[in-house]
Amino acid sequence: MTETAELSFVRRYVFSTDHKVIGKQFLFTAMGFFTIGGLLAILMRTQLAWPWQEIPIIGPLLYGEASGNILPPESYPALVTMHGTIMIFFFIIPILSGALGNFLIPLMTGARDMAFPRLNLASYWLMVPAFLLVLSSFLVTTGPASAGWTSYAPLSILQDAAPGSAMGQTLWVLSLMLVGTSSLVGAINYITTIVMLRAPGLDMFRLPMTIWALFITAILVTFATPVLTGALILMFFDRSLGTLFFAAGEGQVILWQHLFWFYSHPAVYIMILPAMGVASDVISTFSRKPLFGYKPMVYSIWAIAGLGFIVWGHHMFVSGMNPLLGITFMTSTMLIAIPSAVKTFNWLGTLWRGNLQMQAPMLNALAFVSTFVIGGLSGIFSAATPVDIFLHDTYWIVGHIHYVLFGGSLFGVFAGVQYWFPKMFGRMMSNTAGIYHFVITFVTFNMIFLPMFYLGAFGMPRRIADPYQYEMFSGLQGTNQFMTYALFVLAAAQLIFAFNFFYSLFRGKVAGKNPWKANTLEWTTDSPPPLENFEEIPTVYRGPYEYSSPLVAADYLPQDQYVDGTESPRGMPAPAVSPAAGD
Amino acid sequence: MNPMPGVGTMKFAMWLFLASEALFFAALISAYVLLRLTSPSWPDVSELLNVPLVALNTSLLLISSVTMVYGFASIEDGKQSRLRLYLIATAVIGTVFVSIQAVEWAQLIGEGVTASNSVFGSTFYVLTGFHGLHVLIGILFLVLTIFRSYRGRYSQAEHGGVELMGLYWHFVDIVWIFLFTIIYLI
Repeated sequence: MTETAELSFVRRYVFSTDHKVIGKQFLFTAMGFFTIGGLLAILMRTQLAWPWQEIPIIGPLLYGEASGNILPPESYPALVTMHGTIMIFFFIIPILSGALGNFLIPLMTGARDMAFPRLNLASYWLMVPAFLLVLSSFLVTTGPASAGWTSYAPLSILQDAAPGSAMGQTLWVLSLMLVGTSSLVGAINYITTIVMLRAPGLDMFRLPMTIWALFITAILVTFATPVLTGALILMFFDRSLGTLFFAAGEGQVILWQHLFWFYSHPAVYIMILPAMGVASDVISTFSRKPLFGYKPMVYSIWAIAGLGFIVWGHHMFVSGMNPLLGITFMTSTMLIAIPSAVKTFNWLGTLWRGNLQMQAPMLNALAFVSTFVIGGLSGIFSAATPVDIFLHDTYWIVGHIHYVLFGGSLFGVFAGVQYWFPKMFGRMMSNTAGIYHFVITFVTFNMIFLPMFYLGAFGMPRRIADPYQYEMFSGLQGTNQFMTYALFVLAAAQLIFAFNFFYSLFRGKVAGKNPWKANTLEWTTDSPPPLENFEEIPTVYRGPYEYSSPLVAADYLPQDQYVDGTESPRGMPAPAVSPAAGD
Repeated sequence: MNPMPGVGTMKFAMWLFLASEALFFAALISAYVLLRLTSPSWPDVSELLNVPLVALNTSLLLISSVTMVYGFASIEDGKQSRLRLYLIATAVIGTVFVSIQAVEWAQLIGEGVTASNSVFGSTFYVLTGFHGLHVLIGILFLVLTIFRSYRGRYSQAEHGGVELMGLYWHFVDIVWIFLFTIIYLI
């Protein structure tokens, strides 16, 4: 157990089997890709605000004098494609499942590491060639993939349809195959760890919501990702061997959509569920109140995940599939609102009459709830097939997805990173900087994405580099410029977070074991934890939400703290001496 | 705290992996089903393919699952050499299976059916090809298991690895039953 001194730097920090190191590797690389995805968004929005105008600095750098320092028309679809691809597969999924999942699962379940540490190493290092492939696609002469992150056939099958249809698309396919393998391997590890390696007394219904969410997300990954892998393999064969799966005329073009969305709908729940788990834990901790309705919260996540497998057709209402399917998919999609609403009301119930601590993690968690609700409500509109026939491929959908992915998942990430930063790095982030970052991000976020519902309802289409060429949309440029200005401010505000993060790594106030006075097991060990996580594996006596418990004077009661006179977990002998309260 | 006595982490993980593999084949199978149902002209499989030969091949694969079970039963009784015998038998039958598949492919290519000149060809080669690849990987792991047995890795008390091998091999067999039915019989 105490062999750290023996491991070389490379074995300890580069090719590490330690889940905490691997989690941080995912964290830093995901942050890097967030930056790239964000820059792509800035380029996109610059084009939408001032189509075909010279771009200062970037224009000459990227596109050159010869083309007039403007974005070339064929590059816009590439921007759109790579923004989506990078944000989904290289930022949000890695940072939620890869970073938070890896770091937290063994610590919150009281284990020394994942069930399969070397498999965990493989999971990260499978991503590295994926990173290289996707980044190199920006450098090939024909440019990166530009068929949309959804890569619909037959456009994506033809090697010569557009720049980006050649090497760029091939690199896209190969990269995602690797990402899928990495995810799958990680998911198997997570599920095994959570089911099999829990500390004594830690029944499933004593797990924190973050772990429930990561657990159910891992199940989604296990069942959904192989279907995407299959689809990608068929696409690869169509492109390279001339098979006819998705070929126009002979194959079935719509087959790609079915296979793709069978994965990609569960994928959106893979992107939101961990953030929901984080929100539950942060809201409970910072309200000093038990989570309202713990079991319904758990069952709701199961319901969302299960229903998530039978709604994929709502992405295909205008695909030409059998209209009867419009009815079935509409119904199943609307049903998902129910468990989502249960969760929302339970977050509100947790906050109600709580002793609210409005620190940065809490503010971000509150933003998660409010923007997720808006995003979800906009989804109800799209769920209705006749309405979606109008809204499909308009900015309504862009607004919807960004409210749930940025408003939901990303604010969840901001909350989670700031909440667990002290545990990861042994130092506190600046709360003041966190609040400034939050306020500016929240305000500008809404300035960018709320107008999208108006634009979409008006009919403004997605993925068009110059929508104002169509007279009916010519009046929308002003709104788009407003949104782009807001994005510039939003982007600048992220520098506050970045600076806060990196400065605090070295100069943040030293954190103790439990700076937030929280109940879950990760807060019982040092910050950062030792290699073996815990000196002694804790024994768990209760659930994770005993805040403001009448059993003790303090307003929190850790899971591993025994209280005299209370029931011991089944089969566990009561400790001879109750350990000192608090820390 | 292991909530499932008798199930170690490796066996649990193998079941999860097999679940994911089932979904992978489900994607390929649904592609086949959708393409076949919407196809204007699907070849008459009883004419084009050698169904009797492949039926024999199918029963060979089933027999290899039986030898695999006998191998597992042997090590449960601590019988090392029996284990090796049955593992070798399983690997040999598996190799015969793949070889007959290769002959099938050669015949079909000879009759002018390739992966790129017909939808039937695309689905046939990809579906049977991925299955065959899984059999080959299984044979590799069988060989590894046989080597490990010679090195004394397995005993009556500890033979989890043999069980894992069995689980994978039976999975590959079950997938084939589905493929044989939907490609050759229906």
